[in-house]
Amino acid sequence: MDNNISGEPNIKVVKNATCTFCGCVCDDMELTVDLDQKRITKAKNACVLGKAWFFEHSVDESRPLARIDGKEVSLDDAIEEAAQILVNARFPIIYGMSNSTSEAQRETVKMADLLSANIDSTSSVCHGPTGMGLQGVGEPTTTLGEVKNRADMIVYWGCNPSDCHPRLSTHFTVMPKGMYIPNGRKDRTVINVDVRATATSQLSDLFIQTKPGSDFELLWALRILTRGGRLNSTIEEQTGVTIAVIEDLANRLRSCNYGILFFGMGLSMTRGRHYNTSALHMLATDLNEHTHFVVKPARGHGNVTGADTVLSWQTGYPFGINFNRGYPRHEPGEFTTTDILTRGEADAACIIASDPIANFAKPAIDHLKKIPVISFDPKPTPTSEMARVAFTTSCYGINTPGTVYRMDDIPIPLRPAFESPFPSDQEILIPLIKRIRELKSVSSAAA
Amino acid sequence: MSTTLRIVNGKVYDPINNVDGAVQDVCIQGGKIVESVPGDAPKIDAHGMVVMPGGVDIHSHIAGPKVNLARKFQPEDHRYDPHPGTPFTRSGAGGIVPSTFATGYRFATLGYTTVMEAAVPPLSARHVLEELEDTAILDKGYYVLMGNNSFLHRMLEKGRMEEFREAVAWWLNASKAYTIKLVNPGADEQWKGDKNSNITDIDQKIHSFDITPRKVIKALIDAANDLGLPHPAHIHCNNLGHSGNYKTTLETMRTAEGRKAHITHIQFNSYGGEPGKNPISAAKEISDFINDNPNISADVGQVMFGESVSMTADAPLSWMLRHVKERKWINCDTECESGCGIIPFEYQQHIYTHALQWAIGLELFLMAKDPWRMVLSTDHPNGGSFMNYPKLIRLLMDRDFRKQEAAGLNQKAMAKTSLLDLDKEFSFSEIAIVTRAGPAKLLGLKDKGHLGVGADADVTIYDEQENREEMFKTARYVLKDGQLFIKNHEFCADPVGRILQVAPEYDKKIEDEIRPFFDNYYSVQFDNYPVFDTHVETEVVPTYPLQ
Amino acid sequence: MTETMLLVPMRTAKQGVALNAGKLKDAYIQETSTVEFKQEDMDRLGLKTGDRVRLRAGTQEVVVSCKPRKIKIQDTALGIIFMPYGPTTSKLMVDGDTAGTGMPDSKHLMVEIEGPLAQEESDGQ
Repeated sequence: MDNNISGEPNIKVVKNATCTFCGCVCDDMELTVDLDQKRITKAKNACVLGKAWFFEHSVDESRPLARIDGKEVSLDDAIEEAAQILVNARFPIIYGMSNSTSEAQRETVKMADLLSANIDSTSSVCHGPTGMGLQGVGEPTTTLGEVKNRADMIVYWGCNPSDCHPRLSTHFTVMPKGMYIPNGRKDRTVINVDVRATATSQLSDLFIQTKPGSDFELLWALRILTRGGRLNSTIEEQTGVTIAVIEDLANRLRSCNYGILFFGMGLSMTRGRHYNTSALHMLATDLNEHTHFVVKPARGHGNVTGADTVLSWQTGYPFGINFNRGYPRHEPGEFTTTDILTRGEADAACIIASDPIANFAKPAIDHLKKIPVISFDPKPTPTSEMARVAFTTSCYGINTPGTVYRMDDIPIPLRPAFESPFPSDQEILIPLIKRIRELKSVSSAAA
Repeated sequence: MSTTLRIVNGKVYDPINNVDGAVQDVCIQGGKIVESVPGDAPKIDAHGMVVMPGGVDIHSHIAGPKVNLARKFQPEDHRYDPHPGTPFTRSGAGGIVPSTFATGYRFATLGYTTVMEAAVPPLSARHVLEELEDTAILDKGYYVLMGNNSFLHRMLEKGRMEEFREAVAWWLNASKAYTIKLVNPGADEQWKGDKNSNITDIDQKIHSFDITPRKVIKALIDAANDLGLPHPAHIHCNNLGHSGNYKTTLETMRTAEGRKAHITHIQFNSYGGEPGKNPISAAKEISDFINDNPNISADVGQVMFGESVSMTADAPLSWMLRHVKERKWINCDTECESGCGIIPFEYQQHIYTHALQWAIGLELFLMAKDPWRMVLSTDHPNGGSFMNYPKLIRLLMDRDFRKQEAAGLNQKAMAKTSLLDLDKEFSFSEIAIVTRAGPAKLLGLKDKGHLGVGADADVTIYDEQENREEMFKTARYVLKDGQLFIKNHEFCADPVGRILQVAPEYDKKIEDEIRPFFDNYYSVQFDNYPVFDTHVETEVVPTYPLQ
Repeated sequence: MTETMLLVPMRTAKQGVALNAGKLKDAYIQETSTVEFKQEDMDRLGLKTGDRVRLRAGTQEVVVSCKPRKIKIQDTALGIIFMPYGPTTSKLMVDGDTAGTGMPDSKHLMVEIEGPLAQEESDGQ
């Protein structure tokens, strides 16, 4: 109801709405929406990050729908230009996807297949090494509800959910009462392992501080103890943790009823990368000889898990995928975006709902600035501002319906709050793919 | 784009309509088999070929969370078996666990047009439905896991059988599933709540609940029958994979008390011997029971040598396999609903147990007096990939080939089975029964598995060849809903299949019972749990509830 | 004075809030260009809250403000500084090598610290 003639504020309440800011994907939001102003005025149950997400994604109608080289153009012209760039590129790359619905992600992979392009999600600079750990050694894991119902031992390793996933502890893991955890927090032991004290350390029963870059050694020491071995005293110098503390930790882990290790970028982004995550997965596997133990990476963006999931079902691989032979190939280090850009290989890039200019390594950014970039984003970002073709999109979850996958692979539906004048990723991708198909059939007929 | 078409000169095998190799026309119009079409309608000359209904697979793991985890964690499985795209089809990855599009195309290449995904927790319903939407060509549905559902356990504990049935119906609707699946009923609570223990006896008490697995089995068999589901409760028995488990299987079948029940991949549950020791074949005991009890149906779950992937909601089973061979292992707990284990596996000819499993599967096929109730599966990819079906068909049709294969296996195992004494060879008609007509009937799909007037025009045409493996490996022509999409072994179109679900009626009052349970024990909101009707397009297959 | 320290980029709730408002806005830019020291390190380097320091990695350098970490429990990490991810930390990630993983070494940047800078020097940035 956009025509409000009564003069009364045109207010709607959306219950069970979903916040897509972080990987928790909380689906118990109660949003109060001012439909005239096209903005959310209250977000009951949202955390500080969720409130910012909901309140700041109002619609700025002054923004152009589409721009080429910074100048406003029609959507059709921008789609034509984007299609031409991608079809004429010899090594086009598609990157991002983690702030997009799984419906749009499926279209994105279809486009990559059609273009014989490279495709990669933000996973490669997030929990990509965790995916490699999974491929190497497997993973015992769980959905978040089982943590709430059963976990009497929660370890946060190299992650700080109090800042990054504020409701992980309060809504899903540490605080709530569960089926076999009748007293909530009191029935659980919480341990934090990190290189620095954070707000997460404060809510923990035990904080173990390690030297930066020594996670692998500490995890391996715990494996040794779990498998009945003994430690050499050099471990204290390597990790900064005393043998007494390590032994106590190993004892606690194997004597719980249901334990979980949450972990973050503190493992995947530092020395050891996938060796760290593999060691953690193997520690949890070893602990299953004594009790029930699982792991869970605390995933970042709202639907980064969906990007892995969709890529895996359509291509067989979770990230770092290249279609240039007419079928998908996967090779971290070769087909991951940072590497392709750093080597200067890509000659066009389509960035969907992501901002590599603000967080890639310097040499990768330098190359991205040299090639034509197509950007999909609801907000101005360093990437959208330098893009050759920039689409302003609606925001998933706030304006766009669909599905996102929570950090534990559970699909959660979206209940949009209000309509946006801007198209969704999917609404741009469908005509873009159609135009690419037309251009490719012309060029193959000419050949 | 359905066509009008007449298939002429082919030998037609259509057991539902008692057609056994007669050379007769098959006419197609509007996506259905029709009585006749105009004389000038396009023809396919099937001279020298065999015409059958499209294949129907009653039990394969092709989509959903555990399948996708198995894809994701095995790049080595796809690497040497790429699936290139064509102008008509999407590209993908092959291997034992192919990507979704490739799965559809590869099944279709074998002449299959309907496949049922065998086990998904309801919490992942949206996930499996999205994958099934991306599974090319095929009609498909999925079975939803209910044998370890905490809410249902509580209803049973209180003896509230009416509410139990209403809740089952609610769950089937909420998840848009095709039937009820039980996997090692009761064991998830042992696994998750009691430090990785397992159920060993269907009459033991389930950890934290005052009920037994038998009670769960009985209640779900009854619910499926009472609700009139087109396919009954689909049961992966307790003790799967353990020596001596045939007794559990017999007890499970007896629990049905004459009502319809389907025991899946029954080969894995037909072992004699003592627990913890080497198994022996109990195929005869199982076959005898099924031969005498027409309420029971089964699929075999044949083991085929080579790479496989064990993926199952039976988490303790997966943990046992990890101790057999310390390969990379996935476990995934689903709150209030399920467990799951995945581990790459390999069946090897020289290993006693593997050779015995292979032989037991074949014994079950060959001993069945009623092939309509002992249908073909490899429990893909658990016993081996569905890509082994052609070889399995040859093993059934060709006694000499069977004996030749058996000669290369562990002979101690061969000595413990009666396989070499079984001389039966399957006819084309029997192959048509175990690969399409039988599964279609067991699934209650009235328009599938046959070529009578009104049937869905899902038709497969094979070149008749002496080597049955080669023959069934690639169909020459395949039609889906009347659309020709494989022509002379090549894809010429990419038709979209349907997703089939059931929607039994239920009393909405049950939601008032389920809602507070969700508020307390689930991590998603009750109102967000049922799959929205806008999520995917499905077709509802009717149910016939008891009045 | 100049000293080499380990820079660990990280995330803060404030950064998460600011990025929703907009990555081109002051709040985000300020939050992602403020480096956190342990108080003892600041004292040793003669730094006060709000002072400007230069961080240098390879050929790249940035000028950022500094502040002490708010630590409520025991934390022994001396010689380690922290700054929220953003364009500033990206600039210091001079090595695009990912050791074959796709992931650059993002949380382990050795930087040379120079400061406190005189007002005119930091304005020049």
